[in-house]
Amino acid sequence: MKEIRIHGRGGQGGVMIVRMLAAALVLEGKWASGFPSFGMERRGAPILAFARFDDKPIWEKTRVYNPDCLVVIDAGFISSPTLFDGIRPESTLVINALEPVKKQLHKNIRLIGSVDATKIGLEEVGIAVTNTAMLGAFARTTGWVQLNSLLSVLGDYFAGDKLEQNRKCVERGFKEAESVRF
Amino acid sequence: MSDKGTSREIKVLDGNRAAAYGAMLCRPDVIAAYPITPQSEVVETLFSFKAQGLLDSELIEPESEHSSMGILRGASIAGGRTFTATAAQGLLFMFENCIQVATQRLPIVMVNVCREVAGPHIVVSGHSDTMMTKGMGWIQLHARSCQEILDLIVMAYRLAEDPEIRIPVAVCYDGWFLSHLWEPVEIPTREEVARFLPPFETSPRVDPARPMVFGPWISSKVATEYRYKQSAAISRAKAKFDEIEREFQENFGRGYGGQIEEYRTDDADIVLIAMGSSASTAKVTVDKKRDEGLKVGLLRIRMFTPFPKERLATALKQKKAIGVMDKTVYFGWECGNIFLDVKSVLYSAGIKMPVLNFICGLCDSDITTEIIGRAIDAIDQAAQGKPYSEVVWPDLE
Repeated sequence: MKEIRIHGRGGQGGVMIVRMLAAALVLEGKWASGFPSFGMERRGAPILAFARFDDKPIWEKTRVYNPDCLVVIDAGFISSPTLFDGIRPESTLVINALEPVKKQLHKNIRLIGSVDATKIGLEEVGIAVTNTAMLGAFARTTGWVQLNSLLSVLGDYFAGDKLEQNRKCVERGFKEAESVRF
Repeated sequence: MSDKGTSREIKVLDGNRAAAYGAMLCRPDVIAAYPITPQSEVVETLFSFKAQGLLDSELIEPESEHSSMGILRGASIAGGRTFTATAAQGLLFMFENCIQVATQRLPIVMVNVCREVAGPHIVVSGHSDTMMTKGMGWIQLHARSCQEILDLIVMAYRLAEDPEIRIPVAVCYDGWFLSHLWEPVEIPTREEVARFLPPFETSPRVDPARPMVFGPWISSKVATEYRYKQSAAISRAKAKFDEIEREFQENFGRGYGGQIEEYRTDDADIVLIAMGSSASTAKVTVDKKRDEGLKVGLLRIRMFTPFPKERLATALKQKKAIGVMDKTVYFGWECGNIFLDVKSVLYSAGIKMPVLNFICGLCDSDITTEIIGRAIDAIDQAAQGKPYSEVVWPDLE
């Protein structure tokens, strides 16, 4: 089983990431689940979301405490003392950053995929939405989900112009992600 | 779901949307509900189904939960199949009418998305709402997955509407840990649900051509007889639920064990008892402890009211020690509700052994595999005759 923890802010679409990711993985015949951190969510507040996938049914109904991958939508969280809590050895970090992150931010992080998802969102959708570009970058960096699976499920979440714009975001996130291994 | 609902489909849904699909497939005539966190998506999704032409129900959003249940009371007396959904303060606000409809033996089905009742000012997961209403005369069923939420709603109508039962049913599931968890759910076709759940028939019903009184003032003796028959009908629901679930399994290919779900209990020395989503997580820990050589089993309570006394006594009679996880504290008893009920079962069955209580998962606390592991270790210690604390609050240790 792989476990993923998303760090973002309310309104950035972190919760939608785990919904779309779970749907894409299930489309590939895997078992997957996703859920958000709880509380009185509001825009701008730090939020967590969690995802799991496996080749067999997933019984855990808890938050993710030992992630194999962190998805950081807001680079400001790099300085957060709790960002890397519980992270497993040989983990991956996918991050939305203006410039590719070249520094090993934690000893357990062996792979970092960077993408300027905010720029992609602004250019394709016209607002600073980042989640679909981050999904593309996640697929490229980890190889855990196919680009085509992500594109196939977008239609369940977007329609019309938004569907086309977000399709471009996923594709550009995939194409523009830069990886560094440690 | 395909719009026509003609073939089974797997969709990634959260618990609230799974509940809405379950309700839609059961073709209620009247839905009356007031939105409340964490239940709101159930109602929103049903309104969306109606707008898309997928649902042919009368949808009403009254000014409160109290009115929701009042509306369903009238609709059910008039012969309609009815549905509502609520949580926490909403459940307590409709409590008075819940008791009325149970006494009138109206087969209403309700979803309660379990949430801690405030105060302090909290909007979080917990079982205090459902535990506070356990004596209201309803049948209470608890799910551990989004799939089971959908399945239980379909089974709940069969149980509630059965002529030998006629008791309202609450399908309960953990707020957030299930209501907001996205996972794959197989959606049955409309046709197969229609075969399993025929149209609701009742008599007598409200009929302008034949005026009559429903719920009149009655003598003490007749009222006492009402209570007696109501109690007997609720008890009959235990065996009936097992029977309905066997039929469900034959038709839909999924089963959960009826009143209780047992996992690796047959040869177990010790057993952990849980209810709701934590019973799903506990399966992982039980497997791990088994790998380490500990003969531990898991027993999940699916039917909380009526309490599965007979099946629990059978399942637990040969064990050396058991532990009960409760997501509430029963004030004045310094322990949890399920713990008290289990102890009562053991006393009646003449079973004597250490029984431990773990009060966890309150106020949004996560019941992690680590907490469950500690609970199992404590039960094991007690089984070996070592001293133990009867009631433990793992989150505060």
